[in-house]
Formats: sequence, structure tokens, C-alpha cells
Amino acid sequence: MKAGGPERTAGPGGPGGRDRAGRAPRRARGQDAARFALMALPVAFFAVFFAYPVAAIVSRGLHGDGGWQLGRIWDVATRSDIRHVLWFTTWQALASTALTLLVALPGAYVFARFDFRGKQVLRAVVTVPFVLPTVVVGTAFLALVGRGGLLDELWGVRLDTTVWAILLAHVFFNYAVVVRTVGGLWSQLDPRQEEAARMLGASRLAAWRRVTLPALGPAVAAAALMVFLFTFTSFGVVQILGGPTFSTLEVEIYRQTSEIFDLTTAAVLTIVQFVAVGAILAVHAATVRRRETALRLVAPDTTARRPRGAGQWALLGGVLVSIAVLLVLPLAVLVQRSFDAPGLGYYRALADDDGGVFLVAPIEAVGNSLEYALAATAIAVLIGGLAAAALTRRAGRLMRGFDALLMLPLGVSAVTVGFGFLIALDEPPLDLRASWILVPLAQALVGVPFVVRTMLPVLRAVDGRLREAAAVLGASPWRVWREVDLPMVRRALLIAAGFAFAVSLGEFGATVFIARPDNPTLPVAVARLLGRAGDLNYGQAMALSTILMVVCAVALLLLERVRTDRTGEF
Amino acid sequence: MLLSLEGATVRFGGRTVLDAVDLDVAEHETVCVLGPSGSGKSTLLRAVAGLQQLDAGRVVLDGRDQAAVPAHKRGVGLMFQDHQLFPQRDVGGNVAFGLRMHGTSRDGQAARVGELLDLVGLPGARDRAVASLSGGEQQRVALARALAPRPRLLMLDEPLGQLDRSLRERLVVELRHLFGELGTTVLAVTHDQGEAFALADRVVVMRDGRIAQSGTPLEVWQRPADAFVARFLGFDNVVEAVVGGTAADTPWGEVPVPEGSAQGPGTLLVRPAGVRLVAAADGLRCTVAARTFRGTHVAVQLQPEGAPRLEAACALREAPEPGATVGVRFDAAETVVLGAPSAQPAVKGPAPGAD
Repeated sequence: MKAGGPERTAGPGGPGGRDRAGRAPRRARGQDAARFALMALPVAFFAVFFAYPVAAIVSRGLHGDGGWQLGRIWDVATRSDIRHVLWFTTWQALASTALTLLVALPGAYVFARFDFRGKQVLRAVVTVPFVLPTVVVGTAFLALVGRGGLLDELWGVRLDTTVWAILLAHVFFNYAVVVRTVGGLWSQLDPRQEEAARMLGASRLAAWRRVTLPALGPAVAAAALMVFLFTFTSFGVVQILGGPTFSTLEVEIYRQTSEIFDLTTAAVLTIVQFVAVGAILAVHAATVRRRETALRLVAPDTTARRPRGAGQWALLGGVLVSIAVLLVLPLAVLVQRSFDAPGLGYYRALADDDGGVFLVAPIEAVGNSLEYALAATAIAVLIGGLAAAALTRRAGRLMRGFDALLMLPLGVSAVTVGFGFLIALDEPPLDLRASWILVPLAQALVGVPFVVRTMLPVLRAVDGRLREAAAVLGASPWRVWREVDLPMVRRALLIAAGFAFAVSLGEFGATVFIARPDNPTLPVAVARLLGRAGDLNYGQAMALSTILMVVCAVALLLLERVRTDRTGEF
Repeated sequence: MLLSLEGATVRFGGRTVLDAVDLDVAEHETVCVLGPSGSGKSTLLRAVAGLQQLDAGRVVLDGRDQAAVPAHKRGVGLMFQDHQLFPQRDVGGNVAFGLRMHGTSRDGQAARVGELLDLVGLPGARDRAVASLSGGEQQRVALARALAPRPRLLMLDEPLGQLDRSLRERLVVELRHLFGELGTTVLAVTHDQGEAFALADRVVVMRDGRIAQSGTPLEVWQRPADAFVARFLGFDNVVEAVVGGTAADTPWGEVPVPEGSAQGPGTLLVRPAGVRLVAAADGLRCTVAARTFRGTHVAVQLQPEGAPRLEAACALREAPEPGATVGVRFDAAETVVLGAPSAQPAVKGPAPGAD
């Protein structure tokens, strides 16, 4: 132990970095420098692996005959078929978002506030759809509501010719986004806030509306934004369930790029999607910024309790039924079809190297996918964690710009990114075409926004005075982050990592372009099998999807265990 | 001086929260800053801790200007108003935090944590969760945590603010004893005069970001610097007066004042004990407006005709009924001539002369 206690000497100009500082110019500059240092890696990452490939694709489409052909933008954008695509993309995304919120918000409440047997397993179950490749989600719904599907067999109902199939698949896919984002925060809100409102004369509903809802606002907005972005850029689901009538921008970009080879139209559509997404993000940033406040967070296990009274049991029952019908049923049909051959025929076929579909046995895709997804998760957590740490301390216009920028990969066509990787990253010093890292890089790009979105609200909700308490006790800014912020956001960090892992496993649009034929990922392998005729290929696709589902479920269950383990100290 | 503030100024937007404050704290001294909420006393602590940048002036610790020293290197302790215990750590983890930050060995940490928990009267609480502690226990843990790294200056922000009265009174005594024993230098802020007087060697009264008065508790209590300090200490019998010799001309008529009082226009304070009740014909005629039972005495509100209300302290049995008419005489020993009526001086030192 030091005899004299705390250090008595301190070098001048030591690192600044306290919250409310920034009045003295010198200190402010030091803070900005630290913040920009944190931002440097994320910015470089996005510049090289996102902006550059996308720019390369766009310029290839609009650059020709010795100059820029910007007139093409107008020509393409005013075509009636393109206008139709734009309109459909927008309204189906809005409808999907509204429907998802309607179905999933009660679920978020139930997961946050109710304690019931099997809750952890159920939480993992609702997350599984989110990590399934979109192609598989489409196929599962086809098997449920399409021709010869379950509903067709039972009642002669078919939905695959209507937009309902797409909307239901989108709800299926995004249910977990709302439950995790909103429910995660909800479970940590102090119920006594609502009780205080009740004591001031607010009815149960009014207390919820005036106290809890505003506190949840940013999380609901963030979740809605994510759902909207996913459905706005929906690819696999719409391609399978949409048929020739329904086509989103992303599907159209894929068609123009890989079927018609009309790079000009694809480039214009990419720009249109980019602009639309940019506008949505700008509006979102403006609304969320105004409403983010330091919340009083408590341990989630103290807020959940067993349902009481008929109303609460009915709510729990209703949520369970909706989960069973909307989420479990399609998965069950999927699994049932995978076993629809004598003696596990489809599974055994996966180990055979005879189909000519791949250079390797399809089963090897499992190992590839896991390796890629782990690498992608590491990258995404590093990049997203740095970005979130930099964004925690509220700052100027420039940092808010970064905030919005980080969301862009969610909205930019994955197809464009994947194709852009191939075109742009093929020259030294960035000749990565032959490198295995290319796939994790593309997957991490989609994972980073999740990490940032999940961590930022929690980081910002940490009471600034706890950081001050640590600083006064001698913790440097870096120690403050490690000792105060990190333990409090560990849950969020794990959730973020889980999300990044999940989206990396399920990523399809970009990976389909860059995964090497001898190293396919699970979704790519499934898509290739689905693209071939014959019951055996279809069955193998179902079997492989089932394996992917099991892998995800196991990973998520492990995560659920870690999440509740609160004993460890660093 | 261990701590010197020199012209310390902090502005939030257009508002000056600390206005050129000069304050010295000597080693082993316990100084209590007393003021209503919004007087800038918490900002003062934050400025010393390095959590708040000064817009002008200096913070000097042990003769060193702290402008370039970040909070974590200043070696001062701060106990937050609502404790700010780390919720994810147990009691031991909280107390050991500062020791870990200063690189104390594990054994050293364990020994010091045990020592401190004994000191604050929570032996064996090391493994308890912070959430399971009562308010008083949290306060003790926060104190142990702040003391653990042996800060050269310990600062307390409303240290007992949230505790119930009996606990507060007991803890004040304990704290005073503890600080004396440890020889800790303490700078505390509070809005509670009882707390300040019980705890401090020296009391500093703040108003609107300035220091209104500084002195020993006895000095401040006996000779408030001005009307503001007097009213803040709970004295309501404050009026403008013109002093001539040993009498003052006031709205209550002629009031005797001690010999040597400042002459001319000034502000006069009459303590409730100096308001004597006599027969209605023998003094200033007043109506009894209200009575408040205060335990040791009864506070009687008196309404003279055409003059401000008066508060008198009466023995329990002698207190008149509301509505009764009584006479009032004043005791020179319980009257104090304060500063000039319009003055809001930011002066240091005990009661200034009014000239």
C-alpha cells in the first residue's frame, strides 16, 4: 500500500476527458482528440470496406463514354416499372413495421416484466427466426402458406399470391428485433417510476403512457427503424414469396446485376435506396436525440414477476399463442420437411460429395459458417464497441453525423456491397479476393450497426456521476470505462455480440457474391440447393436449414446463460 | 494552506454559479459550506474535485495549481450526495475501488477494507450487495470508499441529507469524532445549519455563488454578517434600523442595542429569546397570531400594529393563547446590529463593521 495515499504529482496536460469539461479550450481539445482516436478505426473500416466498394459499383454504372452520365439517373428513376418498385418497397416496409410492432410489443412486455417457466428457452426460440437466412424464411413460409403448403392441405387457403405472405414473413423475421431491443431496456426500467405516477393519480394505462412509454421511446424508435430498414431492403423473402408481382428495390438490384447485367439501372437503384435510407436515418437521428435521457436502470431480474390475475395470464397466453403460430409453426414445418425422407435420407445426403452442387460436401458449410461468423463477430464488436464508446459522450454535429453514418450499411444494398467487394478489392494493397477474411468483413459490416445500436442507449443511460465517483477515486478515463461502463454494459455487449453473430451467420446478399465455391456458408449452400430441381435437393436444403437453426439455437441458449451470470468480476 | 480557491468562477450559460470565490482550508480543518440550494456549493466541490472546469480563477492544492490536473490525479475524495455506489459491486468491491486504482496489493486492499468497515461500524458487511443496504449503511459505505485511498482532502456533498433525523444526529457526532481521530481535512457542503454547526470547525455561508460569511459556528451564529445570513439561519426578527448610541430606531419602536454597536443606518436582528412578553400596557402592543411547539420552548408569532411580525421564544408554561393581547420588550443582550440594509457583501471573516 502506498504510504502517502494518492499520487501527489501530476504531469501537466494529462489526458482530459471528463463529461462536463470542455469549457477550457485546452481540455476540450484533448477530449476531442481522444474521441477522434476512438473513431479512427471505425471510420477507416467503413471507408475501405463500405464506401469504397459501393462507390466503385456506382461509378461503374454511371461512368461511361469518357464521362459521367448523370442523366441516366433521371431516365431510370422515372421509368414506370421502377416507380412501381419504389412504391411497393415503401408501403410494404411501413406495413411490415407497423404489424411487427403490433405483434411484438406485447411480447417485449411479457419478456421484460413476467417471470415464467421456460422463459430463457422461449427467448432463444423467438430469436432463431431472425438469424435464419432470408431464403429459408421465404421457403418455410412457402411450405406453410404456399401451394401444397400446410394451410392449403388443411383448409385450401393460399397466401403466396398476396402481400400477406410477405408481411407475415417479415413479422416472423423481425419479432426478435423488437423483443430484444425494446424488451432489453424495458426489463431494466425501474418499476417504481410507474408506481410513483400511479400514486400521483395516474391510471395504470396513463402511468404506462406517461412514464414508461417515453422512457422506451428511443428503444421503440430504434427497433422500428431497424425493422423498417430490414423490410425496406428485404431480399430473400420477397424474391421467393413475391413472385413476379412484388419486387423490392433490393430484389430489383439483384435482378439487374446478376440476370440482366444492367449495371446502370442497378447503380441508379443503389443510389435511390441509399438516399431513401439516408433520409430515414436523418429523421430518426433527429427524433431520438431529443428524447434520449439518462434512465434509472435496475437489474432485470428484480423487475420480472409471475403474472397475476386473469388479465395478465391472458396476455401471457396470447403472446405464447402468437409466438406458436407465427414463429414456431413455420419452423416446425421446416423441420418436418427435413425429415420427410426414409432413414434421415436428406441429412445423410449432406455428407456426400456427389451432387456436383459444391466442390465439397454440403455439411462442410457448417464449419465455414461458424468460423466466418466468429471472425465477423470479433470485428463487429471491436469496431462497433469503439464507435459506441466514442459516441457515448454527447458531442457536436460531426459526431452525430458518425452516428447516422454507422447505420448506413443496414440500408445499402447488400448485393451492391458484395459485388462491390469483388470489383473494388482486387488490387494491391487491397487484393483480398483470395482471402478468407473477405466474407467476415462483409458480414461484420452488417453487424456493426447492431452493436452500436444495442450498446449506445445503455452506455448513454449510465449515470454520469458514477463515472465521476470513479474518477475522484483515482480512475483514469480508460479505467473509468473499464470499471464503470463495461460492467454495466456487459449484458448489452453480449446481446450485441449475439446479434452480430446471428446476422453474420444468416447474411446472404453480400456473401452469395464473395463466398468461394469451395467454401460456401450455410445460407449460400441452402440457396444453391434450393435453386436446383428435385426432392433430394429441396430436402437437403431443409435439412441444412434445420442444422443452421440448431446451431443458432445452441449459440443463443449459451448466450442466455452468460447473460444472467452476474457473479464474475474482471 | 492545503486548499486555496482564488477567484474561482464558474458560469453555466449566462448564469454565474461561482462568482470569484476565495476560500482557504488548512490541514486538519473541517470546513462546512452552508447555503440554500442553488447557491453554488455543489459546484464548488466539483471544481475542487476537477469535475467542473473553472472559467476563471485557480484551485491550488498543497501549493500546486490544479488547472492541468485531471480529476483522477488530484488525490481528493468526494462523497456524492446520493452516494453513487457502484451497483454491480458488493460492499468490499466498492470500498476497495480507490485502492485498486492506486495499485494497492490485494492483501493491502483486504486489510484496508476490513479496517475501514470496522471504522464506519459495518464489520462483516464486505460481501453484501449494495442494493441490500439501508440508507444509513449506504452512507457509511460511501464514506469508507471515499476514505480508503487516504485522500489529502475529503469532500462531502450533503453527507447526511437523505437520512432520518435521529440517524443524522448520531452520524454527525460520529463523523466529527472520526475526522478528529484521523486528522482528515474535510470540506463539506450542506443546506442544514444544524449539520454544519455540529460538524465544522469553520462555517462558510454561500449565497448566489458568493461567500456571504465565514467564521466559527459560534461567530456565525452570534453575529450573522447580514440579513440574508440571519434569515438563512432561521432568524426572522430582522428589520432596518437607525442606531444612535445604545438604542435603535425601528418599526417596533426603540430597541436597546449592546454598547459599541455600529452607529447609523443598519439592519437589526432580535433573537426570539430577546423578545420578552410583558403586560399589554408595559410594552409594544401585539396580538398573538400563532404558537408552535418546539420541544424545549414555544415559538410565539406576534403581530404588532403597523409593523413586521415578531417571533418570541417562551417557556412552555408561559406561552399565551393565540388571539391574546400582550406587550413586548426587548433585551439588548439578544440584539445584533448587522451590515447596512442594502448591502449584500461578499466578505470574509466574522461580522464586518457597518459603515
